[in-house]
Amino acid sequence: MKIGGYLCTGCGIGDRLDTKSLESVAVREGRIGFCKTHDFLCSQAGVDMIKADMALEGDDQVTKAVIMACSRRAKTESFNFGAVPVSRVNLREGVIWIRPEGSEHDETTQEMAADYIRMGCAEVKAMHQADASGEQSKNNHIMVVGGGITGMTAALEASKAGYYASIIEKSDRLGGVMGQLKQRQPEHSPFQNPQDTGVAALIAAVEADDKITVYLSSTIAKTAGAPGRFEVDIASTVGAGTHAEFGAIVQATGFTPYDANNLPEFSYGKSPNVVTQLELEALARAAGDGPIKRADGKVVENVVFVQCAGQRSTKEGHLSYCSGHCCATSIKQAMYFKDSNPDIETTVLFDDIRTPGAGGENFYRSAQDKFVTFRKGKVSTVDVKGNELQVNFKDLILDEDAHMGADLVVLATGMLPNSGTDIDTMKDKDASGEVKVSVESILNLNYRQGPDMPQLVNGFTDSHFICFPYETRRTGIYSAGPVRRPMDAAQAQTDAMGAVMKAIQAIENSAIGRAAHPRSGDLSFPSFRKEGCTQCKRCTVECPFGAIDEDAKGYPQYNEARCRRCGTCMGACPVQVISFKNYSIETVGAQLKAVDVPDEFQEKPRILVLACENDAYPALDMAAMKRNESSAFIRVIPVRCLGSTNTIWIKDALGSGYDGVVMMGCKKGADYQCHFVKGSEMAHVRMAKIGDTLSTMNLEADRVAVHEVAITDIDRAPKLLDEMVAVINRVGLSPFKF
Amino acid sequence: MTTAVNQAMVEKYKGNFLKEVTDNVEEGNWVKMCMQCGVCSGSCPLGPHWDHPPQELFMMIRANKREEVLSSTSMWMCTSCYNCVARCPRGLPITHIMHGLAHYGKRMGMKPKNQPTEKFGQMFWDNLIKKGRVNELKLGLGLYFKDGFAEGVKVSMGKQKLGLNMMKAKRMSPMEMLGGHGVKDLSGFHAMLKKAEELEAARVGANTDAK
Ligand code: SF4
Ligand code: SF4
Ligand code: SF4
Ligand code: SF4
Repeated sequence: MKIGGYLCTGCGIGDRLDTKSLESVAVREGRIGFCKTHDFLCSQAGVDMIKADMALEGDDQVTKAVIMACSRRAKTESFNFGAVPVSRVNLREGVIWIRPEGSEHDETTQEMAADYIRMGCAEVKAMHQADASGEQSKNNHIMVVGGGITGMTAALEASKAGYYASIIEKSDRLGGVMGQLKQRQPEHSPFQNPQDTGVAALIAAVEADDKITVYLSSTIAKTAGAPGRFEVDIASTVGAGTHAEFGAIVQATGFTPYDANNLPEFSYGKSPNVVTQLELEALARAAGDGPIKRADGKVVENVVFVQCAGQRSTKEGHLSYCSGHCCATSIKQAMYFKDSNPDIETTVLFDDIRTPGAGGENFYRSAQDKFVTFRKGKVSTVDVKGNELQVNFKDLILDEDAHMGADLVVLATGMLPNSGTDIDTMKDKDASGEVKVSVESILNLNYRQGPDMPQLVNGFTDSHFICFPYETRRTGIYSAGPVRRPMDAAQAQTDAMGAVMKAIQAIENSAIGRAAHPRSGDLSFPSFRKEGCTQCKRCTVECPFGAIDEDAKGYPQYNEARCRRCGTCMGACPVQVISFKNYSIETVGAQLKAVDVPDEFQEKPRILVLACENDAYPALDMAAMKRNESSAFIRVIPVRCLGSTNTIWIKDALGSGYDGVVMMGCKKGADYQCHFVKGSEMAHVRMAKIGDTLSTMNLEADRVAVHEVAITDIDRAPKLLDEMVAVINRVGLSPFKF
Repeated sequence: MTTAVNQAMVEKYKGNFLKEVTDNVEEGNWVKMCMQCGVCSGSCPLGPHWDHPPQELFMMIRANKREEVLSSTSMWMCTSCYNCVARCPRGLPITHIMHGLAHYGKRMGMKPKNQPTEKFGQMFWDNLIKKGRVNELKLGLGLYFKDGFAEGVKVSMGKQKLGLNMMKAKRMSPMEMLGGHGVKDLSGFHAMLKKAEELEAARVGANTDAK
């Protein structure tokens, strides 16, 4: 049992620092077994040297290592020794690359390096080998909720990849909204004409696939468990219920069309000749190969499509967002008319035509070629004039009020996601004592945090459109199709494939106890010391992923497979009883205590920086690569998420003589960029209260700063640190130095 | 004749001016492909000075504003700088459509009154077909005097120096006033023009034929 220190003198470290003295800092002050230097530590020879030490037997075996070289973000493969705890001391990006050369700087630069080495040694001592919890099991079966094209595609993809799938469909048939359409927008070049929806073929493929089970007229009565071991009760309106176990879940519950009754100004409801896009599909299907007729039997000769009906609007009761498919749908529907008779007048009144993707663009051109008229105008009202309709609009190009007659008006209304219960509004109502859930739950999760997954914006369920598509805030449960974000059929099918891939990843990861993104591969998980727990439930409430339930006695019950290892619970716990094997109150606390705080006469301030390892720390690393200079008084500790910072660290740091603390986390709020969704936000909430602590200590409030830093803030991040140095220069050194 | 053709066109296309433009205007089949992005209008150095920049003209065509489009002065203002063509993301030959529209408007007898470009164009044409060559002196003077005698004298006086210099440099000969050069085979040239006119009439006739 030995802690080995390995100091690299390559990359200029040996030229800039007195490595002989650093070796003795590691051994004498860091109190580790030994410290070896190597002039090229990440080379095969260097790595082999470390591995050889780890392979020794008995007391000589190195069981923990301190690598004193480059940033922990560099050479991750070389310095990955499996389960052996390793701390990384960042002498390259963290010290020599941000410090100017010249003998006048040597002393402070050397002090910086020595501090980081002491910190690394202290950290590794508090670290323990991470192992899987043992609670995991493997289940190759994916539950797909919803039997529309998204759900069916998901099930088929799962089967193709060798997994099993069960489709739970509420209605008595497969097909969903797509099943009600006459044709769909083309999927292949040259993207000119509407094509078959393909729903019949999908249904046939699903029915023929023996890895897929279909439950029609069925809903989910209860979902319990965690990835790898979901326990589901399936209720049926026609037969007996079933109990089944699944490894992961794909929710593909689609959308409900926006209620056009909210649009009386367009005479919806007043005239049967004002219809929604979906209602037009019914007319088109009824017409078959013949001309499309109105409800009264008249053949339509003049049709006007009103885009953005009740969408992209700030009016109350309207949808603020674009549903992503309606422009292309109107184009397709105009072609239904044009293809049957080119003399039918088809006018699309649009605000902006949005046809995402090259296919959409070509389809639009094809419609122009077919003489579909596109007129940029905002429709104000539709008047019923006998058998005719009059569409009144403002022509936005000619800047004039205009109107035109029509036999039929088609409204492009939007989509509302079928997300189930909004657990956030539920929570709000909880406070006032009246829980009233208007929407039925879909998953009926028995999680402490509510029966469905949290919604992002406008009721859609994604957790991050760009960085983590398909991910929801319930690990192992992925969403695909229009329930995730507004989209068209082609995107929904691509989505289904993506979500299934994520589901498979969840199954495989949970089987071996590894974390999902972004700490993929991490085997550590949070556990709590029961004796110290006050049952305050902060961890349960603050976990962004619903990983914590309460057991019968009111103690937190961790479901490791649901956990993303962000440490937000650890940051939340007021009595600091939550920890990970390799990341804990101690690992960070020991590091900040290992810093040598000079007395006040030396006039060398110490500033603690807690930087999120996902964005802020990389930004600082990249600033260093650009050789952006930084103060020698800064000591940076990376944290898993700003959400994992416990206020005790701040108090400890200030109490032990640090002059300032800077915290850097990701952007919070509605357009957050936090990898753990709420972590950064929780940290901001907690730190808003740090002012009280500061005032009881008689310290200036601006000694603690919390910033939102993106990975691209390469120039800004070091400036934020300079700002704190300036603050300290202004308010003076901390009175808590010894 | 023009009014008759015009009436026939109105009759034939009823409310569908876009179709009329597609069938009869040079490069007019492109108008339906305009996606109303406005890049042409934004690029046109003259756009701000016109009643209707290209994008708007194309929208008016779709909005069936036949009378307003064909009698507009806008397309006559195009200087053929080709900025719009170079920039249109949809690749519309806008300049050509502009000239096509001007020509069609004129053929339909709906050209704007007293439009200088139109007047000059006619003058150029009349001058050219006489001898098969442009008589610069006559054309120049005709241009000066197009707005009346008094105005003409004023313009001529102003341009006196330019005229004298051109004569000195043998770029212009006062003798041209007396008749001027012609092409070698003048009657052949006239026969050619006549044939072209016939072909044109046949084409328009074909389009004006009842469906
Ligand atoms: S807060 Fe983070 S670390 Fe804690 S249980 Fe939840 S997901 Fe896991
Ligand atoms: S936050 Fe800490 S004290 Fe509160 S319930 Fe969780 S583990 Fe217990
Ligand atoms: S070619 Fe004519 S229409 Fe086009 S930018 Fe130039 S002047 Fe304007
Ligand atoms: S640039 Fe082209 S596509 Fe855009 S408005 Fe002008 S003509 Fe239309």
